[in-house]
Amino acid sequence: MPGKTNLGFRGSLCPPSPQRPRRPQGFKALGGRCGHLGLLLALLLFFAQPARAGVTVHGFLQGNYDFNTATANPDDHDAKLAEERAQVKLEADQGPARLFVKTDIAWDHLDDEEDLELREGYADYVASAWDIRAGRQVITWGLGDLVFINDVFPKDYEAFFAGRPLEYLKIGVDAIKAGLYPSFASFEVIAIPLFTPNHFPDAEKFWLFDPMPAVANRETREPDTSLDNTELAVRGYREVVGFDASLYWYRGFSRQPAMQPDNPKITLFYPKLSVYGASIQGNAIGGVLSLEAGYYDSREDRQGDNPMIPNSQIRGLIGYQRQPWEDFTVGLQYYAEWMQDYGNYSATLPAGFPKEKRLHDLVSLRLTQFLAHQTIKLSLFTFYSPSAGDYLINPEVKYNITDQVWAALGANIFGGGEPSSQFGQLDKNDNAYLQVRYEF
Amino acid sequence: MRKIILLTLLLLAAVTTGVLAATPEEIVRKSQAVFLYSGNDFKARVMMKLISANGQERLREMTMLRLNTGPIGGDQKYFIYFFQPADVKDMTFMVHKYAARDDDRWLFMPAVNMVRRIAMQDKAASFVGSDFTYEDVSGRDLTDDTHELAREESVDGKACYVIKSTPKAGTGYAYKLAWIDKSTFLPLKEEYLDRDGAAIRAFSADEVKEIKGVATITRRTMKNLKSGHRTEVSYKSTDYNIGLDAGLFTERFLKQPPKKWIE
Repeated sequence: MPGKTNLGFRGSLCPPSPQRPRRPQGFKALGGRCGHLGLLLALLLFFAQPARAGVTVHGFLQGNYDFNTATANPDDHDAKLAEERAQVKLEADQGPARLFVKTDIAWDHLDDEEDLELREGYADYVASAWDIRAGRQVITWGLGDLVFINDVFPKDYEAFFAGRPLEYLKIGVDAIKAGLYPSFASFEVIAIPLFTPNHFPDAEKFWLFDPMPAVANRETREPDTSLDNTELAVRGYREVVGFDASLYWYRGFSRQPAMQPDNPKITLFYPKLSVYGASIQGNAIGGVLSLEAGYYDSREDRQGDNPMIPNSQIRGLIGYQRQPWEDFTVGLQYYAEWMQDYGNYSATLPAGFPKEKRLHDLVSLRLTQFLAHQTIKLSLFTFYSPSAGDYLINPEVKYNITDQVWAALGANIFGGGEPSSQFGQLDKNDNAYLQVRYEF
Repeated sequence: MRKIILLTLLLLAAVTTGVLAATPEEIVRKSQAVFLYSGNDFKARVMMKLISANGQERLREMTMLRLNTGPIGGDQKYFIYFFQPADVKDMTFMVHKYAARDDDRWLFMPAVNMVRRIAMQDKAASFVGSDFTYEDVSGRDLTDDTHELAREESVDGKACYVIKSTPKAGTGYAYKLAWIDKSTFLPLKEEYLDRDGAAIRAFSADEVKEIKGVATITRRTMKNLKSGHRTEVSYKSTDYNIGLDAGLFTERFLKQPPKKWIE
């Protein structure tokens, strides 16, 4: 159904889409497996004089398992994740140039397959007043804790909901990023020629709301790679009276697909989107105060009368964090989305589809307590939506057994709201996870 | 004549030992100046060994850079790059320390390429899980305590002032005794005591070296006397006045720590 009622357009942990996209990270950008090896080779050739170049290798071995605590998956499995994974981080530098490659190899027991993935791979050049980074890279903008307004870069929600370490929520983009540092402010200017969508939970592993379950024939259409379709993003930032202030601009595509019924199939496509935003963060009232806002300009549905494409929105966030006692931190957030052209939305929404409220909001609470010389971390993260009535609860215990080995045990609990709402639809997906990692 | 000579000698002795010149506040101020503000800037590769009562060890290794941006006792900027343990490798931590208001703190997490502000913690909170507090690393405001000269005493053959500093507002201890070397003004020993006068935390300077003419504590220990846990710190590649620039202490370099300074 129309993007409109698709809660996926939430700025927070988006709901899953009923499609089943392949893992998006692949080797697309580098021309497949060969490109991947090619990059490694280039790295070795470029730094063929080891005496002059500093090359370091780090990484980890990890076991990651996630089991259902409520019901089996739609595909009858009891687990959402069972894998071992090795990550190698290779870094080489010579003068102002630096190369970085982060590669994962995973052994997936559920799909019974091996998976080689280039998580990041880029070259840096640093001059005194500017720098440039080209290649696959993770970019994080904005101030939200698991709510995203100006962080318009791709996310892997399945990773988060299936109990992977938090860093797997972020997907690298294939981009060129320039940093400019004139005296009055700093700038990041980013061009992304290759589109990467968000990765949503797999419909075989997660119970999800599907507005059109009868139509199984689905086709995904990503934006073509062209100069016109190159995504652009600019951030300008500086200090303003003791606060960190940023302005953001993005022109590209929504990373959550909209659905176009196209008898006899459904076409999933990524509508054009621009985002204009701002944020400030600094010390206030005994803690750290964060304010962020953004205008989501839905460029293919400016009147809000196309039910297939989400309307424009205003998004806002207030966050506050403080440490009431040693090694204990409390983080509170209020996040809201306000739909534009609600009248047109209501008037054009087809009968039978769940209707969104004009205001969708979320409250989050994060509690973190460190113990035993900061080797044990107890944390609790919760979302509750006052407008939808649904929730997510994520408790976790992490223990650094030695300086090299840590283990984390946690759970994701969903519920409340409606069968179509953001977390309500995940009600049957409660799960518990284990992460064990050896780092070198 | 003999009286004059005697007076002169007494005066000389007084001046050289500082008895005449120094009030307790001045001794503490001088001590802070050499302990926390030496040079215009400072760099060290810091090895921290956290040792539990039963002997289990954990290692924290980092490069610490410091730039003075105000007068002695005033504003400073700190930049810390972590080498170890592995799960914090490449993380950077930055503090803009202000004399008159809450410090600004930022943490950079490389795995998600994100810079986050960190809420101001109690300055008496542990620094990276060690027995040292933030205050031990970056100093305590001179005016937060009342200082008195308790006595004079020698530590390992070095003449020291023993300064008693009593916090004006509540902290985790009732008062601190510091043995301050009369010649270098470095604290050779410190004890934090509770209301009953029992020592709860003890600091010792285990090695002092002269670096670019600056007397520097290059090995130190802080021990929690209640738990038996202790932290041993050693400095390598210590240096002063290396030409750090305020521009280094910004988000740009938090995300791209320059090898030149951190190695």
